[in-house]
Amino acid sequence: MKATIEPSTRSSEGANPAAPTPGEAVSQPMNVSSNQSTGGKPSGNKPVARKRSRSGNEWFGKTYTMICVSVLIITIFSIVYFVASKGLATFFVNGVSLKEFLTGVKWAPDGEPQTFGALPFITGSFMTSILAACISAPLAFCAAIFMTELMPKFGKTVMQPVIELLAGIPSVVYGFVGLSVIVPFLRSVFPGQGLGIAAGAIVLSIMILPTITTIATDAMSNLPRGLKEGSYALGATRWQTISRSILPAVLPAMLTGVVLGIARAFGEALAVQMVIGNAPHIPNSLFESASTLTSVITLSMGNTIMGTVQNNVLWSLALMLLTMTFVFIFIVRVLERRSLR
Amino acid sequence: MRLSNKQVDRIATGVFYFFAFLIIVILGGLIGYILYRGIGHISFDFLTSPPQTFKVGGGIGPQLFNSLFLLVLTMLITVPIGIGAGIYMAEYSRPGKFTDFIRLVVEVLSSFPSIVVGLFGLLVFVNYFDLKFSLLAGALALTVFNLPLMVRITEQGIRGVPREQKEAGLALGLTRWKTITKVMLPVALPTILTGTILAAGRVFGEAAALLFTAGMSSPRLDFTDWNPFSPVSPLNPLRPAETLAVHIWKINSEGIAPDAAQIAAGASTVLIITVLLFNLGSRWLGRYMYRKLTASK
Repeated sequence: MKATIEPSTRSSEGANPAAPTPGEAVSQPMNVSSNQSTGGKPSGNKPVARKRSRSGNEWFGKTYTMICVSVLIITIFSIVYFVASKGLATFFVNGVSLKEFLTGVKWAPDGEPQTFGALPFITGSFMTSILAACISAPLAFCAAIFMTELMPKFGKTVMQPVIELLAGIPSVVYGFVGLSVIVPFLRSVFPGQGLGIAAGAIVLSIMILPTITTIATDAMSNLPRGLKEGSYALGATRWQTISRSILPAVLPAMLTGVVLGIARAFGEALAVQMVIGNAPHIPNSLFESASTLTSVITLSMGNTIMGTVQNNVLWSLALMLLTMTFVFIFIVRVLERRSLR
Repeated sequence: MRLSNKQVDRIATGVFYFFAFLIIVILGGLIGYILYRGIGHISFDFLTSPPQTFKVGGGIGPQLFNSLFLLVLTMLITVPIGIGAGIYMAEYSRPGKFTDFIRLVVEVLSSFPSIVVGLFGLLVFVNYFDLKFSLLAGALALTVFNLPLMVRITEQGIRGVPREQKEAGLALGLTRWKTITKVMLPVALPTILTGTILAAGRVFGEAAALLFTAGMSSPRLDFTDWNPFSPVSPLNPLRPAETLAVHIWKINSEGIAPDAAQIAAGASTVLIITVLLFNLGSRWLGRYMYRKLTASK
């Protein structure tokens, strides 16, 4: 009996004042008489008109939500279409060779023989984001273990909000802090200006920490209880349990998180641009000025004229970012499918 | 010497504690550092006066206003579309190829780099629609960036509504749309609202998508002119507008005012405080509404 009372009171509380009727409807078996005296509205006096407005109402809802969904679909197709048409123009209209673009190491859009070798940016992007993931993944694993195994209560009340806050801090603020704390620190410890891939990777590793941590934590709290308890019952210590049964079980999810983190780091523009130094060549060390795909787009887009080859080649870089997004999503999907099986 | 299992366990536990606290220290240090650097620079004058290019004493008044106004514009466009699409995903969609496809669209859209979204905005909104560098172009670009999040939030909220409530509405002879808007949406409101505020915080700090859509300059504004069609009016949605986040980026990379570093710190502090307020506000509101709507303590 109690089971029927609870949803009824809840629903009438919850839907009030917009819809008092559902609550009454649910509580009907409880008190039929009172319901008849208070709840019954006169209804059904104009069946034809009501029917039309009913179907009209339903039609409106369906159409409206369909339009909203089609906005999403149109948006994504037009993004791909516009960026691709601009980015491919470099190769088909301006005649830059794709091989030179992907493997050339010299970037001189205004040089006398113009050269458009984007390899320095491609390597810069991959190095910063993969390095960031290498720093971030172990930290995220520790944080997730801490939140699920060691101190769940503290984890939920302090750790979780901290992680969420880290996710909410704007990227320009990360860039500002990187520029005024991390770069001077690297400059004083290592040779060089401090600007470079190392600084970019450190800033990015903090930015992607929430992504990986959240996914790892979710995976750990969804593990079947028997897994852990079985291990403890066999006399394993906590570390043995973590390293031999929890870690292998959450590894696919961890990997998904890492790929998502890399994807986010790969597309991050301003925070990286502020600390990487923006020199258009492949650096000899991690502490030397370098560039990424995003940083060169950010810097040069405003200084080139639409339609020129110097501008089109930036769109080719953007097309590359776009393609990499699809690649990352594909990897994530494959990983998810494998972990489902 | 070989360590016993117990000792290894103790060391590992120590390592876990160390890294967990390291993360908390990093966040604490991050926020503490920004507040320490910037809080002394914040004054009423700083928050209201326009920036200076060469002289000391520039403020962030127009930028702050631009950020807030852009947020409102973006939300006005995002919320109706996002909620509509979210409702479709939660209620109208049938499992099948098409729904899977939309899900993929939402996922892809949410993982596009924001700089690419900005470039798309530059090409389509700024050039083809001829909106120039304007608040409206910026708001549209941010909508693209924000929409997938809004769809997910709405879908989650609607799916969280107890089945009995939906069925009770349908059993009373309400249409599906009436049931959704009058019964389910009010119940889902706390989830949707808290999610929306979090999304708003994200919009407030976004800069990369705005560089080439809302522009990097702010015209002289006349804060006594509230006619939205006048070019110097702050309310004109077709004027270029540099937001606070863009301003921070700009003075960090090309600022030439002698107190650029302090201004960057002050502006970062304002940005962080606002984002924190959004975050705490959504938490508080979520808890408050949950208590109010479910009558639980």
